[in-house]
Amino acid sequence: MNAALITGSAVVALITALGVVAQTTPGPGQHGGNPELPAPQRGLLPDMAIAEPAGWDGRLPTVPTGWTIKAIATDLKIPRQTLVLPNGDILVAEGRGGGAPKLTPKDFIAGVIKARGNTAVKGGNRLTLLRDADGDGAYEGRWVYAENLDAPYGLAFAGGKIYVANQNALVRFDYTDGQTQAAAAPTTVALLPSAVNHHWTKALTVDAEGRFLYVGIGSNSNIGERGMAVEENRALVWQVDATTGAVRPFATGLRNPTALAFEPGTRQLWTVVNERDELGPDLVPDYLTSVREGAFYGWPYAYWGPNVDPRIQPGDDEKVQATVKPDYALQSHSAPLGLAFSQAGLPAPFAEGAFVGLHGSWNRQEPVGYKVIFVPFSGGKPNGAPVDFVAGFQADGKTMGRPVGVTLDPKGAVIVADDLSNTVWRVTPSAQ
Amino acid sequence: MHAVIATSALPLFLGALLSDWAYSRSFQPQWINFSSWLIAGALVLTGVAMLWALVELLRRRGSLISLLLLLATFVLGFVNALVHARDGAATMPTGLVLSAMVLVLAAVAVGVGLTAWCRRAAA
Repeated sequence: MNAALITGSAVVALITALGVVAQTTPGPGQHGGNPELPAPQRGLLPDMAIAEPAGWDGRLPTVPTGWTIKAIATDLKIPRQTLVLPNGDILVAEGRGGGAPKLTPKDFIAGVIKARGNTAVKGGNRLTLLRDADGDGAYEGRWVYAENLDAPYGLAFAGGKIYVANQNALVRFDYTDGQTQAAAAPTTVALLPSAVNHHWTKALTVDAEGRFLYVGIGSNSNIGERGMAVEENRALVWQVDATTGAVRPFATGLRNPTALAFEPGTRQLWTVVNERDELGPDLVPDYLTSVREGAFYGWPYAYWGPNVDPRIQPGDDEKVQATVKPDYALQSHSAPLGLAFSQAGLPAPFAEGAFVGLHGSWNRQEPVGYKVIFVPFSGGKPNGAPVDFVAGFQADGKTMGRPVGVTLDPKGAVIVADDLSNTVWRVTPSAQ
Repeated sequence: MHAVIATSALPLFLGALLSDWAYSRSFQPQWINFSSWLIAGALVLTGVAMLWALVELLRRRGSLISLLLLLATFVLGFVNALVHARDGAATMPTGLVLSAMVLVLAAVAVGVGLTAWCRRAAA
């Protein structure tokens, strides 16, 4: 009897000891062109800290002095990305995609755990249009512009057309100024790779001429654990001809490019990428990079230049050597999902640079991200450390919001979609 | 009786070892998926056998050594399950080595349990 009790407590102690994972180091705030890359590490369990959702209860996210923040739409159905139309109306893409088959016991368990950090609301699969007719900053008008879409995410506007990247296809709507509802069902421009859809979001932007669209397509696994057959046409940026719908890979090896935007001065395409998990709290840095045509950025064979990831077998030395370094590291696991370039006219220090929405970490004991940062640029290149633009999404161990898409309103405001509190925030210089 | 249940876990542990070996040769992910499920199933059966052995012990019919062997199998098997939850080739070679060790431990546990059971049945 006693022996059984002692064995019993020994089991508990042993299992507890096994549960102890690799110790964390305080976040160094990785950033810039030459981030420190610690040696890969992985305990028996991956480091995890899942957000515990809570209501705002009258609180607001924090913004720099001289700015104000306001919720312009609440009770949305998982807002992801936003688009400002020529007349100032704001279009919001709402939805949740995915549904990749669960292949292992881990897939089931991790699915349940990670779901706790997200909203319980069902995705809207629709576009909502917000309007501030009198320009007082309150968006009193709200319509469903289009519905029955398939997890819409990326949005772009060019030549009188609204382009929407659903999780399975790039579609377009004919738009007339002042419209509050699409006149007809959308036309398909090009089908997008949608088998499995482990990373389902399809990022989108369009060049200034409206000739080519660029679609960010994420990988179908963390590190190839679903086999390389399902990675065909994944982890890359596609270039799509807006007229013919012809597609071609523009840059590859980008694990999960979740937002795309053109830097206005140089007209260079940039993206933010979510890098691989389960190599430790400070590996691998997520990043902001210019997208060089034809370049290979490493996934799955290597990261941040020719650093081999041994988890993908057989490896590929040629690919490892071909891996280019991204331009600017963001803190590992911070999960950048939004990207918007600033414009002249915004008060210093936010006049030149990129706003990046960081959805926040799970694969790290000390949470990082959960804010919108600003990466200063000069001459079309990142220059300096990032500064917090919108923060305060977490308090007292709870998480009230998680930023996703970031868009610049030409009137001098920054629009932030929040897919945990299902809110769209508008951040303005106080004078306005 | 617990030994009979533990015996049924043996083919699953053996299957896990074989599919681990197949994965280490081919790196076809489906093999490591098979292993993960086989280990999970074997752990459920080992857990039931362990509970049964505990009940037998409390009713003064079992042996502590059988229970401890099953416990060791379960703990090492659980560690193996966690190693198999790593992504891709990060499961190797630790997963293969652990699968072999767990199989041996399980076989010993079953052997000891069955011997005791037969002896009691004969008596």
